[in-house]
Amino acid sequence: MSIILDIDHVDMEFPTPKGPFTALKDVSLKIAKGEFISLIGHSGCGKSTVLNIVAGLHQATKGGVVLNGKEVSEPGPERAVVFQNHSLLPWLTAYENVELAVKQVFGKKKNKQETKDWIEYNLELVHMDHAMHKRPDEISGGMKQRVGIARALAMQPDILLMDEPFGALDALTRAHMQDSLMEIQNELNNTVIMITHDVDEAVLLSDRIVMMTNGPSATVGEILDVKLERPRSRLELADNPEYNHLRSEVLKFLYEKQRKVENIGSQKKNKKESIQRQEKTAAA
Amino acid sequence: MSTITTPSETPHSQFSEKLKNLFEGSGEWLKTGIISLTGILVFLLIWSVAANNINTSLGAFPGPQSVAGQFQSLYNEHTAERVKEIAFYERQDVRNAKRMAADPTYQPKVRKYTGKETFIDQIGTSLITVASGFILAALIAIPLGIAVGLNKTLNTAINPIIQTFKPVSPLAWLPLVTMVVSALYTTDDPMFAKSFVNSLITVTLCCLWPMLINTSVGVASIEKDLVNVSKVLRLSALTHVRKIVLPASVPMIFTGMRLSLSIAWMVLIAAEMLAQNPGLGKFVWDEFQNGSSESLSRIMAAVLVIGFIGFLLDRGMLQLQRFVSWDKSSEVR
Repeated sequence: MSIILDIDHVDMEFPTPKGPFTALKDVSLKIAKGEFISLIGHSGCGKSTVLNIVAGLHQATKGGVVLNGKEVSEPGPERAVVFQNHSLLPWLTAYENVELAVKQVFGKKKNKQETKDWIEYNLELVHMDHAMHKRPDEISGGMKQRVGIARALAMQPDILLMDEPFGALDALTRAHMQDSLMEIQNELNNTVIMITHDVDEAVLLSDRIVMMTNGPSATVGEILDVKLERPRSRLELADNPEYNHLRSEVLKFLYEKQRKVENIGSQKKNKKESIQRQEKTAAA
Repeated sequence: MSTITTPSETPHSQFSEKLKNLFEGSGEWLKTGIISLTGILVFLLIWSVAANNINTSLGAFPGPQSVAGQFQSLYNEHTAERVKEIAFYERQDVRNAKRMAADPTYQPKVRKYTGKETFIDQIGTSLITVASGFILAALIAIPLGIAVGLNKTLNTAINPIIQTFKPVSPLAWLPLVTMVVSALYTTDDPMFAKSFVNSLITVTLCCLWPMLINTSVGVASIEKDLVNVSKVLRLSALTHVRKIVLPASVPMIFTGMRLSLSIAWMVLIAAEMLAQNPGLGKFVWDEFQNGSSESLSRIMAAVLVIGFIGFLLDRGMLQLQRFVSWDKSSEVR
């Protein structure tokens, strides 16, 4: 297995009026070609920051990211991003949205017919060929996200970065999208980093699940290998003991080891402090 | 056989469907029409009652009837003036032809007709002025607004200047504009009249700020994700502006353009009155100075025309905005 992406001792500090805020501390991760990685953790733990650093949209304060032996310093189409809220250009049709990316990435390397075929191939891959001349406001949320994925795939990226791609969708649509993604993954075998909140999604899709500790100074907590056979079917896995074991491992990490204490409000501050005190004694 | 019956049925049912829609649509139109018409009638009633009770030094305040009469006579004056103009050129041609016949070396002189400008001529002048000033302002404000919207430093540098000049009535600029134009615009064969340049610059000055501010706000408030898409695709600066920034801010740019056009039309009339530049404002002022028994009704006619043209300009911009805006879902009013 060849390492395609190396996240090497990354620290991230954000300047705030009260001094620098350390979001990430010493995050290291090596990803092999064709691997599907899920990043899971509570909200605010810096998952998106990791992804943005890999994408080149943020610059790490310390450490760096190496893709195919080259250090990442700016965004680029070889690290295509699928954003959480699709971020399609609302004035372009699905086809035109993909076209913008294809023309920018391939330019004159593809002639007119090849460009057209490539756009249509990618839209077919996400089952959007029937609505490719519709604009984003004419299609559903799930369909928008499909087009967003088609756009990213059409760039033929070395690594596909997905920032909670299905987070804004309802449960049924999300399941459909997960199945579609597995199907595409079977065909293309891309290297993927996906951020998710959803434990089932992580176990179902990933080769490895990277669990992050809570911020500030968040880092990689545990890494879980998912050795379930592919192709996976959500129905068959439902009764699979290994699947359920993996699932409970992730749940344990999230809700026992890294239990998130939400700040509910200042009037409940005392109560919260007492809970924290209890937790400390429990931990000790 | 079924292939024959089907197409003959479909157009028929489509037709009846269309007819139904048309009637339903026209019902809505009819309702709006009746309500608007009632409003206008009530207004005319109040106007004529009020007019009968106001006596000025120039006679009674004009009611709807005398104003309507003035529209007719203003139009008659215009046609009479045109007849005079044609007659003038005919006489001139005949005279020149005669002298040419007598003396073949004679260079014919063509003089322009210098009759007085009619009401309809003044409308044309005002419309041309407002359009030119508006277009000039758009050519300056939109590119500058995009630059300001994209660049925070530039925004910080320019914002105080914009905020200071924005609330200034362009009429305050008028004396300065007049003096600067007469100092700088000195050619023997001017392409445009100085008065036209004065009015145009005044219109431009008042159109500039709403367009500039709206464009820069529109550009600055583009969704961050769309900017990130552009970054991931490594779009060049120019492509970024062309493919992302411009389409995304079109709704805001047009809001600014509509705002400035309605302000421009108001300001232009005032500027023409103040500076005696040709246009509808001058017509109003001349009639006021004239002080005949008909002056007030002629001014009232001009007021109505000014209002109606302003309304048409705004509707025109609205249609244009609807046409170019990608966001058809948002209600544009």
